[in-house]
Amino acid sequence: MKENVVLEMRNIHKSFPGVRALQGVDFTLRKGEIHALMGENGAGKSTLIKVLTGVYGKDEGAIHLDGCEGAAAIHSPQDAQKLGISTVYQEITLCPNLSVAENMFIGRTRGVGQNWKKVNADTDKILRSLDIPAKPTQQLESCSIAVQQMIAIARAVDMECKVLILDEPTSSLDEQEVEKLFGLMRNLREKGVGIVFVTHFLDQVYEVCDRITVMRDGQLVGEYAIKDLPRVQLVSKMLGKELDDMSDIKDEQQEYEKEEGIPPVLEAEGLVSDAGIKPFDFHIDKGEVNGFTGLLGSGRSECVRAIFGADRVTGGTVKMKGKPVKINRPLDAMKNGIAYLPEDRKMDGIVGDLSVRDNIILAQQVLRGFFKPFSKAEANKIADEYIKLLSIKTASADTPIRSLSGGNQQKVILARWLFTHPEYLILDEPTRGIDVGTKVDIQKLVLKLASEGMSVTFISSELDEMLRTCSRLVVMRDRRVVGELTKEDLNQNKVMNTIAGGEE
Amino acid sequence: MSKDRKTSTGSGILTKIVRNQCFIPLIALLLLVAFNLIADPGFFKITLADNSAGNPVLSGFLVTILDSGSELAILAIGMTLVTAASGGQDISVGAAVAIAGSVLLRVLCGSNSRPETLQAPIIVAFLVSCLVAMLFGAFNGVLVAYFNIQPMIATLILYTAGRSIAAWVNNNELPVISEPSFKYFGEFIPGIPIPTPFFIAVACMIVIGLVLKFTDLRLYTEAVGINQDSARLNGLDPKVVKVLSFVILGVCVAVVGLIKVSRISTINYSVIAKDIEMDAILAVALGGNALSGGKFNMAASIIGAYVIQFLTTTLYKFHVQSDALPAYKAVVVIILVVLSAPKVREWLAGLSKRSMKKEAV
Repeated sequence: MKENVVLEMRNIHKSFPGVRALQGVDFTLRKGEIHALMGENGAGKSTLIKVLTGVYGKDEGAIHLDGCEGAAAIHSPQDAQKLGISTVYQEITLCPNLSVAENMFIGRTRGVGQNWKKVNADTDKILRSLDIPAKPTQQLESCSIAVQQMIAIARAVDMECKVLILDEPTSSLDEQEVEKLFGLMRNLREKGVGIVFVTHFLDQVYEVCDRITVMRDGQLVGEYAIKDLPRVQLVSKMLGKELDDMSDIKDEQQEYEKEEGIPPVLEAEGLVSDAGIKPFDFHIDKGEVNGFTGLLGSGRSECVRAIFGADRVTGGTVKMKGKPVKINRPLDAMKNGIAYLPEDRKMDGIVGDLSVRDNIILAQQVLRGFFKPFSKAEANKIADEYIKLLSIKTASADTPIRSLSGGNQQKVILARWLFTHPEYLILDEPTRGIDVGTKVDIQKLVLKLASEGMSVTFISSELDEMLRTCSRLVVMRDRRVVGELTKEDLNQNKVMNTIAGGEE
Repeated sequence: MSKDRKTSTGSGILTKIVRNQCFIPLIALLLLVAFNLIADPGFFKITLADNSAGNPVLSGFLVTILDSGSELAILAIGMTLVTAASGGQDISVGAAVAIAGSVLLRVLCGSNSRPETLQAPIIVAFLVSCLVAMLFGAFNGVLVAYFNIQPMIATLILYTAGRSIAAWVNNNELPVISEPSFKYFGEFIPGIPIPTPFFIAVACMIVIGLVLKFTDLRLYTEAVGINQDSARLNGLDPKVVKVLSFVILGVCVAVVGLIKVSRISTINYSVIAKDIEMDAILAVALGGNALSGGKFNMAASIIGAYVIQFLTTTLYKFHVQSDALPAYKAVVVIILVVLSAPKVREWLAGLSKRSMKKEAV
């Protein structure tokens, strides 16, 4: 093993039924470095970390640790901990109703007796050495989330940890708290701990990290020193698009000519929800297709959820066709002619045990009201009509939706919203995890609907798809809108540059 | 395609029957009937005799089942909805029946605990007790829906406190109604030899049948029970739907309260409707409804209720001591519930399919 290397993962393979989650991934962590692990959804970051911490077994490959002869045997999270690999997750896994000192030492004592004076003194020493602003006797829940996070890290580090994994530790912190956390991370770096930092925030990576490993589709893209990888390059590597690859997208680009004198179908000003996005302005015209783009976690879904009232709206005004409206819950949005196909099909979209028929009529049925149910004959007619229209592959309208394939489930949800005859349709990742044929169908359908006068907001992780369908892109970074691109600016280079930001 | 269908019709129908949710409770009923036929056919004897009021009425074990099973069937209706919407059960229905009955008596008697004449029309008293039971239902529902408390824990509060509240409503006195027409609800209407509770239960079934047909209650309840995040994004308010199910159970509780109090023209706070919640929950489970919520089959629950009562009455008939009754019941119930579990039903359906295939070969 090379000098200074604390952790070396070589040729890691891991498959789940139907998915090859990791295909020959290497990862190297050196002493005293902060190493960012980057990748979009499905890149394999979390699988890699779960293999490292013993949550999953690996199919192939080897893990070497500094100070261990041969390959390390990690079969359970306990093994990983014994070998000095600690993980701190996004959610705090400590006990809020115990004191700071108790949390630091819980589960680490031998025998029955416990010298609390000593424990408190030890804790105080650790907290001081790491500059954590908390008292040992303080109850954990009285500390801020950031401090709790830091205590979780301190606890992990104190257990003789050589490798510290921070899995999105900053998601629920504000800017000042993030600064404090970074201070602690730098402090630990000085002490020689190797830190793996998983985050979606580009700014944070460039602020605190020394090295970046990029993954995509279960494969290693490469390992880079931070100074050798400009932001745009990083974005391009994460998305798997070459910067100068202009391809033929120009020809397929959508142009949209606004009709004069008509107020926008929807116009939002300073809209903000409790899901952690910064206030944003947004508008969409009749027959327009636009989209939110940005990396995963940049806040694109949160924006459309705020428009639909799916998250709690905390501020801002919304006008529809020039008239102010109040949208506080999904039903308000639906009554105003807005439809929303959610990002997480399984959790938020389908009602699994209900039949395809019931899933199709659900939204319109709610709009019609409690006392006006569709008769069975009506419902069957509607279901058959949409099954035919969208060529949904199902044994019958009576089949439970959960037994359909992902693509067909998505079509059913699409049918549900089309049946409400919306003026404004929001599609959040409608093409994720479905086959290519269905993807193309959905894109075509979006363009057809728009030509018929429906306004559509389209979100996709695949930039090609967005560029093909949208005539305007709202670009997001770190939960705020950072740009809006139209016409000649709608190309991969420009989009990736705007997503990356910082150095134009 | 049509050819395929024709050849598989035989096994198709059988599979369909086995998969039907009413299959298990009906089979259980058949087994109980067969057992009684073999053990003592006298079980099925029904006689017409004058009761204490001088009316010719039917009596016999089957009439008892029809009579007591009706109370259970009414509660099973509400319990099925609560189970489907909240994925949990209300264990306070027995205590709530005590409260509803107590309120009913209080309104009928006024300040005097042994009035010569009724102080209010029975319908008014019933409506008041109905309102109170709905309020207590809403209380449970709010704890479950708005405070996210496990239904069993939330209803444990009323389960514990309900009977004292019932006693407190009447200042711990035991009012007695002397008006003979009050007895009609729990016993017999003169000239009709079939116990009135059965007619009340049938009325409840018709009402819930109409409600399920002419409103969205089923779709809303099932959608919320299966996936409440998704239901919310379709414009439903899962909280309101859950509270509604508890309020409907409250109505069922008030009806049973009326029957129970009418039977004895008075009330015994600590005994009335004791442990009835367990039988009601069992009826839902026996009907093959998932106790974790979601899709439900009302008819299966109602049949389940009568089967439970059939079992109880059979055990009484064979002079099982009332102390030992629950133990015997538990054994039978374990078998029934395991048989009606969706997993076992799938397996049975598969079995019948395979045997059909073998025959075909």
